[in-house]
Amino acid sequence: MALTKRIIPCLDIKNGRTVKGINFINLRDAGDPVELAKLYSEEGADELVFLDISATEERRKTLADLVLSVASTINIPFTVGGGISSVQDVAVLLQNGADKVSINSSAVKRPDLINELAGTFGSQCIVVAIDAKKINDQWIVHLVGGKVPTKLNLFDWAKEVESRGAGEILFTSMDNDGTKDGFANEALSKLSEMINIPIIASGGAGKITHFTDTFIKGKADAALAASVFHFKEIGIQTLKKELATAGVSVRL
Amino acid sequence: MKIAIIDYGAGNIKSIQFALQRLGYKGILTSDVKEIKLADKVIFPGVGEASSAMQKLRDSGLDNLIPTLTQPVLGICLGMQLLCNGTEEGTTKGIGIFNIDVIKFSSQVKVPQIGWNTISNLKTGLFSEISENEFMYTVNSFFAPLCDNTIAETDYNGNYSAALKKDNFYGVQFHPEKSGNSGEKILENFLKL
Repeated sequence: MALTKRIIPCLDIKNGRTVKGINFINLRDAGDPVELAKLYSEEGADELVFLDISATEERRKTLADLVLSVASTINIPFTVGGGISSVQDVAVLLQNGADKVSINSSAVKRPDLINELAGTFGSQCIVVAIDAKKINDQWIVHLVGGKVPTKLNLFDWAKEVESRGAGEILFTSMDNDGTKDGFANEALSKLSEMINIPIIASGGAGKITHFTDTFIKGKADAALAASVFHFKEIGIQTLKKELATAGVSVRL
Repeated sequence: MKIAIIDYGAGNIKSIQFALQRLGYKGILTSDVKEIKLADKVIFPGVGEASSAMQKLRDSGLDNLIPTLTQPVLGICLGMQLLCNGTEEGTTKGIGIFNIDVIKFSSQVKVPQIGWNTISNLKTGLFSEISENEFMYTVNSFFAPLCDNTIAETDYNGNYSAALKKDNFYGVQFHPEKSGNSGEKILENFLKL
């Protein structure tokens, strides 16, 4: 055996609760991120990502509390992202039991943050998330959930992020996100060939073959999705069995 | 049972405490020499960079204490690597329990290795009731090659030591506290040694 490809459900969190009308009949409280995390972990998810989208004053405290209850409940790794902009922010989350943190806009605004975090906590727990969109045949990095374009090119930025000490890249194609038409495999495969740290594919998952394609054609190390799992369009066990049948190495 | 989790400011150690809690045990996070000496079991965690972790151990005198411990000791991830002779990471001299030097993965593979990989050739009671080729969650850029102390192997561009044992000292490269129920079983096995 060798290292397996990872399946990562992503949970959007607002004020300590999951958002997007999540449709789980067998959960007491579908808005409770801890219950959902437990369910995914039992279904065979390899990791989880919690993305905090709250905008309140108390957000840091609420998120830290959530991390603590997730860490005490589940026994698989998880990443926390959203609004992280300092060594202190990361210290609190890791101390509360998060395995990795994901940074996005704050890294673009101040790239030295990546060096500081990798130097303080080690590269292995620093995920840099990159949202990009194809404009005039160029992949351009965007901020604020894809709303604000930057001058950065995806591939240049990815290379820089790696050299500054990121441990993983979470690449979301804004062109594919929400389409359910598949991942941006061409860009992913180019990234994977240029970069020697793991790449997590995000944006575009709609059916099982999309995952197969992103691992085989896109050469991704992990695939992240939200709604297809939340709405039970794809079951994690079914997905992993079909991936195995297609020759993708997964943990079953 | 008194379980000491050595707290020297190295990364995510809450997860180990929580895993013990799920198994019905209480682990104490401590850097107190007396408390560590008196514990029935000692867990030596570590994530982060080797030379700065080793420096923290030296600053607190724990580098001298650890080799004198006689109860079962379990090094996890960087904790295991620091129990080796030395590591290429920051050209760091280790504690020297396991007679092997830790080296970096070749750039033919993605570094760090992040994810679930299998363990095989399992030896000792640490792996009691664990099947060959069980999956464990692993995050590492450096590894201990196979040696006389190897009690489990993982393949990433060739086989390396997934676990080591010498006398009362055990070390695992993977994270048992993050490796689902099988990982928790390994922790439980350690507590029952």
